[in-house]
Amino acid sequence: MLHIKNLHASIDGKEILRGINLDVNPGEIHAIMGPNGSGKSTLASVLTGRDIFEVTDGEITFEGVNLFDLNPEDRSRSGIFLGFQYPIEIPGVSMVNFMKTAVNEHRKFRGQKAMTAGEFLQLMRDKKALVEIDSRLTNRSVNEGFSGGEKKKNEIFQMAMLEPKLAILDETDSGLDIDALRIVANGVNKLKRPDNATIVITHYQRLLDYIVPDFVHVLYNGQIVLSAGKELALELEEKGYDWIKKEVDQVQI
Amino acid sequence: MSFIAKMLDVKEELLELYEANSDTLNLNSSEVMNGFREEAIMQFRKKGIPTRKNEDYKYTELEPVFQKDYKYRFAPKKITFAVDDIFKCDVPELDTKILILLNGWFISDEAQLQELDNGVIIGSLAEAAKQYPDLVGEHYGQHAKTSIDGLVALNTAFAQDGIFIYVPKNVVVAHDIQIINILLDDESLIVQHRNLFIMEENSEAKLVICDHTLSESEFLTNSVTEIVAKSNSRLDIVKMQNEHNKATQLSSTFISQKRSSNVSTNIISLHGGMIRNNVQVVMEEEGCENSTFGLFLVDKKQHVSNHTIVEHASPNCRSTQKFKGVLDDQGTGAFNGRILVHPDAQKTEAFQSNNNILLTDEATMNTKPMLEIYADDVKCSHGATVGQLDEDALFYLRTRGIGQREARLMLMFAFAYEIIGEIKVIPLRDRVNDLVEKRLCGELSRCNNCAMHCG
Ligand SMILES: Nc1ncnc2c1ncn2[C@@H]1O[C@H](COP(=O)(O)OP(=O)(O)O)[C@@H](O)[C@H]1O
Ligand SMILES: [Mg+2]
Repeated sequence: MLHIKNLHASIDGKEILRGINLDVNPGEIHAIMGPNGSGKSTLASVLTGRDIFEVTDGEITFEGVNLFDLNPEDRSRSGIFLGFQYPIEIPGVSMVNFMKTAVNEHRKFRGQKAMTAGEFLQLMRDKKALVEIDSRLTNRSVNEGFSGGEKKKNEIFQMAMLEPKLAILDETDSGLDIDALRIVANGVNKLKRPDNATIVITHYQRLLDYIVPDFVHVLYNGQIVLSAGKELALELEEKGYDWIKKEVDQVQI
Repeated sequence: MSFIAKMLDVKEELLELYEANSDTLNLNSSEVMNGFREEAIMQFRKKGIPTRKNEDYKYTELEPVFQKDYKYRFAPKKITFAVDDIFKCDVPELDTKILILLNGWFISDEAQLQELDNGVIIGSLAEAAKQYPDLVGEHYGQHAKTSIDGLVALNTAFAQDGIFIYVPKNVVVAHDIQIINILLDDESLIVQHRNLFIMEENSEAKLVICDHTLSESEFLTNSVTEIVAKSNSRLDIVKMQNEHNKATQLSSTFISQKRSSNVSTNIISLHGGMIRNNVQVVMEEEGCENSTFGLFLVDKKQHVSNHTIVEHASPNCRSTQKFKGVLDDQGTGAFNGRILVHPDAQKTEAFQSNNNILLTDEATMNTKPMLEIYADDVKCSHGATVGQLDEDALFYLRTRGIGQREARLMLMFAFAYEIIGEIKVIPLRDRVNDLVEKRLCGELSRCNNCAMHCG
C-alpha cells in the first residue's frame, strides 16, 4: 500500500529525514517511536505534502501512485489521513461546514453525489457516537477553544468521517488522560478494517496497550534504526532510548 | 435650474463655485443651514482639500479624485422614472421603512418630511430645517465642526439636503429604517449631502444605509452625518458601501453620546474606487457604550481608508473598535484608530483591533493605532496585524481533501465573518454574508436586481 524508499527531506537546508525505508501493507498497524526531534512529525508532514519540507531524494508510492505527483488535497482524497500532533484552531470555520466540505470533496473525487443535509447529519451523529465526542464541540469553530484532549478526539472524529485507507496518527495520545486515551484507542480500533492501515506515531508504550501494533520502528536522527514486533515497545518503555542512541552513535563513529 | 461647473484648480474653483452660487444656495435653503455657510467657506479657504502632507491623509490621496471633471447640481435633476422601477433592494424579509437619496437629494412619492404616529420624524433634512428650525438648529453643525477639516468645511458650505431622523423620547422604532443612497446621472457628479439623526432619551432604532452607483459616470461623494444619542438611547447602524470603481466616497460621521447611551456602527466596504470613512465618537457623559466596526474588501486598484477617533470624555464608558480588511491585487488600505481618554474619564474600557490579510505581494496596508490616555484607572488594549492567510490552517484544511482555492476562501470568509457576525439585523446579516462570499469568490457583487450594469 505505502512504500517509502530512501526518503531524504530537509528544511531550510537542514536535513531532517536521512534515508527512511518503510513498507506498509493493508491490515497492518505500524508504530513509530523515537525521541523528540528525531523526525517523526516531519515524516508525517512529508507524507501529507507539506511544502515547507523539501524532498531531496527517495520515493514514496501509495497504491502504486507516486505521492509526489499529488497535492495535499488529492492525497487526502486518495485515502491518506493525518491526525495532527498539534491540531490547528481555525476561528470562524464551523466544524459542520468544514466536515461537510471535506466529505463532499471526497465523494466528488470518487464520482459520488454530494450528500443531502439529512444524510450528512446522520453521518455526523453516527461518527460522533463512535468517538464519544460532544455535540457542543462539533457545533463550534474548528478546534477553537478546545482543550488538548478535545482536539485529539476531534482528529479521530475527522478520521471516522473520512474513513481513510491509511491513517497516520501523530502523538494522538499525548496530553490525554486515561479515559480519553481509551476512547481514542477504541475509535481507532473500531475503524480498523482488513483493507486499511494505520501508522501510530507515539512516544509512549501506553497507547500500544490499546492499539496493538504489528510492527514497532524506532526513528532516530532521521533514520529508522530498529524495527521489530510489538515487544520492542515494552523494551523501550523499560530501558528508554539511551541504549539505542548509544548503539547508533557508536556505529556511526 | 441646474448649474454646471468644471473644476480645474480644485480649491480655487470650489471657492469660485461657492461665490457664484451662494445666493442660490441661500435662497434654496433654510436659515439654520445657511447660518453656517460663510464660516464654513472661510474654513475651507484656510484648509483646502486635505493633502498627503496632512498626517491624517497620508495614505489617501484626494487631489486626483477632486481634479476630475465633475458637475455640480444646485437643484435636484428632474427624473422621469420611478426609482422602484430600476432599484429594488433584494434583501429578503428586510422589514424596513425606506428613505431614498438620489444624488444627495431626498426623493419620495409622499411628503418630503413625515411625522409618524409615534412622533418619529423622517425625511428630507432641507425640509426639516424649514419646518423644525429649533430642533435642527439645536444640533446642526454642533458636532461636525467646520474647523475639523477641509472636507467637513466644504460639505457645510455646500450642503442642501440629506436625511433627517428624529426619534422622540421613549419610542422604540419597530421597523428598521433603511436609507438608500443612489448615484445616477449621465454626467460625472459631486454630491455633498448632509444627514442628522437625533435619538431622544430612551429611544431605540436600527438603521441600514446602502450606497449604490447606478450609472457608469464618475461620482465624488463628500457627505457628513451628525448623530446625537441622548441618555439611554440605543442606535445600531450598518452601512454597506457598494459603488463602482469610478466612484469616490468620503464619508464623515460624528457621534455624540450622552449618559448610558449605546451606539454601534458597522461599515461594510464591499466595493468602490476610493472610500474614506471618518468616524468620530465623543462619549460625553458616563456609562456610554460604543462599538465601531468595519470590514473592507479591496482588489484591483481600489483604496479604502478608515479613520476613527473614539473620545472618552467621561468615566465608566466602554468602547470597542474592530476593523478588518482583505486586500487583493494592487489594492491599498489604511486604518488610523485613535483612542483618547480624558484625565477624569476613570474606569474607561477601550479596545481596538485591526487585522488585515494581504492576498498578493502588491497589496499594501497601513495601520496605525494611537492611544492617548490621560486617566490612570483604565483598561485599554489595541492590536494590529497585517499578514497572509494562515499557512498552517490552509494546510490543515487541505489534508482533509478541501481544495486550495476552496480552503483559501473558507479562511478569508471566516476572517470576515467576525465583523459580519456583529450585524444584529438577521436577514441583513445573511445577505451581507452572501455578498461578501460572492465578492471573495470574485463574482459580481451587485446587491440589487437593478437593470443597470455599471462598471
Ligand atoms: N518548521 C520547521 N522549521 C525548522 N525546523 C524544523 C521544523 N519542523 C521541524 N524541524 C526540525 O526538524 C527536526 C525534527 O522535528 P520533528 O519532525 O518535529 O520531530 P519529532 O516529531 O520526532 O519530535 C527537529 O530538529 C526540528 O527542530
Ligand atoms: Mg512530533
